[in-house]
Amino acid sequence: MSENIASAPAAGRSSSTRFLYDPKVRSIVFQLLFIGLLFFLVSTIVTNTTNNLEQRGITTGFDFLSQEAGFGILQSLVEYDETHTFGKTFIVGLLNTILVSVLGIVLSTVVGFLVGVGRLSRNWLISRLCGVYIEIFRNIPVLLQILFWYIAVLRVLPSPRQSLSLGESVFLNLRGLYFPAPIFEEGSGVIFAALGVAVALIIGLSYWAKRRQVMTGQTFPVFNASLALIVLLPAVAWFVAGQPVSLEMPELKGFNFRGGITVIPELIALLLGLSFYTAAYIAENVRAGIDAINKGQQEASGALGLSESKTMRLVIIPQAMRVVIPPLSTNYMNLIKNSSLATAIGYPELVNVFMGTTLNQTGQAIEIIAMTMAVYLTMNIIVSLFMNWFNNRMALVER
Amino acid sequence: MKKALKLTGAALALTALSGLSQASTLDTVKERGYLSCGVSTGLPGFSSPDDKGNWSGLDVDVCRAMAAATLGDASKVKYTPLTAKERFTALQSGEIDVLPRNTTWTLTRDTSLGMNFVGVNYYDGQGFMVSKKLGVTSAKELDGATVCIQAGTTTELNMADYFREHNMKYQPIVFDTSAQSVQGFESGRCDMLTSDQSQLYGLRTKLANPNDAIVLPEIISKEPLGPVVRQGDDQWFNIAKWSLYAMVAAEELGVSSANVDAMMKSENPGISRLLGNSGPGGKAMGISDDFAYQIVKQVGNYSESFERNVGKDSPLLIQRGLNALWKDGGIMYVPPFR
Repeated sequence: MSENIASAPAAGRSSSTRFLYDPKVRSIVFQLLFIGLLFFLVSTIVTNTTNNLEQRGITTGFDFLSQEAGFGILQSLVEYDETHTFGKTFIVGLLNTILVSVLGIVLSTVVGFLVGVGRLSRNWLISRLCGVYIEIFRNIPVLLQILFWYIAVLRVLPSPRQSLSLGESVFLNLRGLYFPAPIFEEGSGVIFAALGVAVALIIGLSYWAKRRQVMTGQTFPVFNASLALIVLLPAVAWFVAGQPVSLEMPELKGFNFRGGITVIPELIALLLGLSFYTAAYIAENVRAGIDAINKGQQEASGALGLSESKTMRLVIIPQAMRVVIPPLSTNYMNLIKNSSLATAIGYPELVNVFMGTTLNQTGQAIEIIAMTMAVYLTMNIIVSLFMNWFNNRMALVER
Repeated sequence: MKKALKLTGAALALTALSGLSQASTLDTVKERGYLSCGVSTGLPGFSSPDDKGNWSGLDVDVCRAMAAATLGDASKVKYTPLTAKERFTALQSGEIDVLPRNTTWTLTRDTSLGMNFVGVNYYDGQGFMVSKKLGVTSAKELDGATVCIQAGTTTELNMADYFREHNMKYQPIVFDTSAQSVQGFESGRCDMLTSDQSQLYGLRTKLANPNDAIVLPEIISKEPLGPVVRQGDDQWFNIAKWSLYAMVAAEELGVSSANVDAMMKSENPGISRLLGNSGPGGKAMGISDDFAYQIVKQVGNYSESFERNVGKDSPLLIQRGLNALWKDGGIMYVPPFR
């Protein structure tokens, strides 16, 4: 970029002044300068870091990812034991982060929408209760809330021997929630096939019902029909195939329950803490969105004879979504980032497992922290891209 | 532009390690006027603060000894409490000068993390603590148990090895601090707590009812604990090493904080060399010749430190065992001061 400045005076004073004051040239010069500076900064930082690491005899590189990890992890969605590699611990932690994020996003959205709509309810009690909920959960730090669920709520549950049980198949104690796991034997493929057929039928049905409504104005009870389809078809398939799915019951053996599916209290506490916190924000967004819709819309749909629930469902919410979605993506991203607070209660997600134990066993701080940062960056960019796409779809189509 | 800013931020974060001065650690410490010492977040006997915030413990005595040797005043120490996860990064980045934090000496840590282990100030081994109610008497009966562990320790690895070796299953629950793992153990989230045996005795005293828990007899690993310094500053490495040795050598020669002034006049050539009245002293390390005198006078010898912090004068009541001097049946042995 220095040539730009140097070559300028050669063209004569007046033209050089004109040249320098040309806003287009200026903007290019300054952009080049900035990029050059940035490049210099980054390269200095990188060389400086590598030099310092080398000088201190700290091993660098990603070789450690293929070494044997040698430590256990409490919860894993994929097969994992001590003999797997450090790279695998990354996957295990990542999946646990994704698990709690997805569950948290679903739960907080459901709770948030219910509370947000409830906040505007004409029923005094419901709207007050929702208001109190929002004020309480929005104003307490999320870390405290997570610790509250973990220590004050889940830690006072009884020990495994005195578990609370539901019909001797679902158990709750301070080691977690245990419920029966389905075991798919031979022939259970039929059930999945039936489920697939049911889903396909439901999609077809809703298309058909919509078209019929557009053409004739007649409505069809799509929801009830879909419910019947998705329950009945797999159920019939189950009997036809000779009941190939059995349940594995959790049983108290030795110190703990074995068999069945276990939901560890760390996951429950983290999920509840994150979801209820984020739900309070979502509720406020939803309220803001609904409030943003002109009152005339409500009156107009009332004049058309739509019931209150239909007004909400068909007129208000679809328009409110335009206002709700952009801040909603911020809420989702915050939830994902806050999931790293799990390290305080020992839920084995990415920061706890990979940036915790793996980092300490290998000492490769820079590589591991960079990888962890990249994960959160990528996850949030994906969420943001998806929400942008969703927002574009939901945007008001002007005709 | 936004992206560019993000990039710069990320790059700056990566240089946490590069912003170090190249001056020798001794000069930095002298100029600063105090020693920056990384300790645990509170482990009775090794490093824990009292209700007034004064630190004490076997590891704290290493900090104090080094401050006495370098600055002539054992109280000029700034303690930085670190979790097991944070400790090495704190040392590598220059946030602390020395790390006596019940850290196990291993090959990886010594060779690939840019650190050097100074020596051993406590020979330990990993053990298990279980609730008495379980009726367990041996670690081999622990198949299927849930275990509370502190994150980032060799304990996690030893534990995995031990259960694998005996074909047993376990569920690890990993916490950041020992206080959290004790809480998990106490509330019944885990069946047992595993850690270095000395720590277990210390943590047991923290329980609401210490008699409800027992420490199992099995020791499943070697855990030589010692202070760590950054690699690449040999002078500082030597100072740390010989400050540690001075305490053991003083015990060997019968020099204690009570009699060190009288011993200054001793005719015994060994004592005279230790206290800097003759022989090499500390000059070659850039510290005063009487560094060992300062250490013994202000901190005491190894036996005093041991008994005061973890031994018979402490609630932990740990026997000397392996940590006795070589001539008393232990393995504490230091090179000669000459």
